[in-house]
Amino acid sequence: MTFLDKLQNNRNALGMLFMLPATLLLVLFLTYPLGLGVWLGFTDTKVGRDGVWIGLENYEYLWGDAVTRLALFNTLFYTFVASVFKFVLGLWLALLLNRNIRFKTFFRAVILLPYIVPTALSAIAFWWIYDAQFSIISWMLVKMGLIDRYIDFLGEPWNARLSVIAANIWRGVPFVAITLLAGLQTISPSYYEASAIDGATRWQQFRHVTLPLLTPIIAVVMTFSVLFTFTDFQLIYVITRGGPLNATHLMATLSFQRAISGGALGEGAAISIAMVPFLLAAIMFSYFGLQRRAWQQGGQDK
Amino acid sequence: MSTTVATPSPQAGDSVGMSYLDTPARKFVTIYLPLIVFLIVLLFPFYWMAITSVKPDSELLSRTGNPFWVIAPTLAHFDKLLFRTAYPEWMWNTVFVSVVATAFSLAASVFAAYAIERLRFRGSKHVGLSIFLAYLVPPSILFIPLAAVVFKLGLFDTRWALILTYPTFLIPFCTWLLMGYFRSIPFELEECALIDGATRWQILTKIVLPLAVPGLISAGIFAFTLSWNEFIYALTFISSSEIKTLPVGVVTELVEGDVYHWGPLMAGALLGSLPVAFIYSFFVEYYVSGLTGSVKE
Repeated sequence: MTFLDKLQNNRNALGMLFMLPATLLLVLFLTYPLGLGVWLGFTDTKVGRDGVWIGLENYEYLWGDAVTRLALFNTLFYTFVASVFKFVLGLWLALLLNRNIRFKTFFRAVILLPYIVPTALSAIAFWWIYDAQFSIISWMLVKMGLIDRYIDFLGEPWNARLSVIAANIWRGVPFVAITLLAGLQTISPSYYEASAIDGATRWQQFRHVTLPLLTPIIAVVMTFSVLFTFTDFQLIYVITRGGPLNATHLMATLSFQRAISGGALGEGAAISIAMVPFLLAAIMFSYFGLQRRAWQQGGQDK
Repeated sequence: MSTTVATPSPQAGDSVGMSYLDTPARKFVTIYLPLIVFLIVLLFPFYWMAITSVKPDSELLSRTGNPFWVIAPTLAHFDKLLFRTAYPEWMWNTVFVSVVATAFSLAASVFAAYAIERLRFRGSKHVGLSIFLAYLVPPSILFIPLAAVVFKLGLFDTRWALILTYPTFLIPFCTWLLMGYFRSIPFELEECALIDGATRWQILTKIVLPLAVPGLISAGIFAFTLSWNEFIYALTFISSSEIKTLPVGVVTELVEGDVYHWGPLMAGALLGSLPVAFIYSFFVEYYVSGLTGSVKE
């Protein structure tokens, strides 16, 4: 037996060899930077200058920093409102697409477009749609006689917050709808037949058949949705750059501003790391809060 | 799934039972009308991009007339974009980086997924779990320390910075997806091959991979669009105009001062979106199965 034959018959050795490229890359560019980020958060590193250990000073400073607090509030508000709307609209769209309708394949294909197109580019389209002077939304509302002055979508703090949230919902609904549709299609029609014979109304069928059976997939989909919304960067960076007066800064855009534009790598890293506990909490909440059913079924190990 | 059965809708509470009892009018109001509204809202920004990109400036910046239509369409914005900006270079960079990063990640993922799912070496379960956890690490948490790493390695402001960092989200995603596909291939096929004296390498290339072609296409398409759409790494690691990727180039270079050239901006957004939309239109089913597979356990 040559060495190669031996290797091919040793599962552990071959396994290690097969894992090598992926492991090397992920350790060098994912695990190590993650650890480095934690360390950077405890230092005063600037671009081009190695930092020294300063303990919790970054975090203490950020805790007292009004802009950071505002960014934290914005992030939580953005994530909460956008996720609720994405869930409700996405579920509604999924239920509509699950009906016996014409051009189903066409609808399903076209609806995903906002999700597959580069977000930075569709965000530019939103920037133009929200333009203070030539906004098409304002134009329509004026023509309908609902308002008499053009809306300053991105110039007022609350307008700006709601505008970027709307853009985020626009981008996220297709993802939620298509993944939930896949979940809906696994529900056996016989449940609906049985409940219809027992005299269940549409609402009762939805409440007591669809929703319980859909819960596991809802949990996973919403976990992903919350995760990506909480760490969103592109939409804000392109549409408002955090303005007006930091009213739309999220943690991610603030960390970019401090670390890359401002050069304070340590402080920026501290902001990033400060996102982790919130992320974990959100993941835990949606995963364990909603997933009990899949958890019980998931015991079958192969 | 069967089409004879009523699937529930949340807004209807009064009628019992089957959808064939619905009158056409009722069906129109409860299904087609909301669906059409969804469709209009979801597609409007693309229409707006397209119509803006062919409008002459005089029509763009006037409040009179119907903004939904264009009276004298022009290709001036495309002309400016393609011949007086670095747009073609950004396009080429994006294609190059996306293709190389995707090919590399796909190869690494095939080996990793096969090892985890089929070789089941000692500790493969834990490795599988850590792959999933790696998938959950968002780039916007990672980009600051990653910038330091890229800088230390001397990759800053090169295409390699992107080709080597994109796999950090591509490999976990592709591996996770391919693990699912490999799991669905019967063990018996491999056992037969082993009895017939096939080596592991032969099993992988002659049995598993041909059967996993749909999975490979799904993972490949998805990885390609993910790399094409990537923004924060490309924004952070690249500073020279001629090696920027398309989304970053459009956002950072086409905006000059306070004057927004909406025509070229929209033309750039449209042209940058078309390739992914085009590829997507050919592989909708693969893309959807990749999307739903990615959130499946």
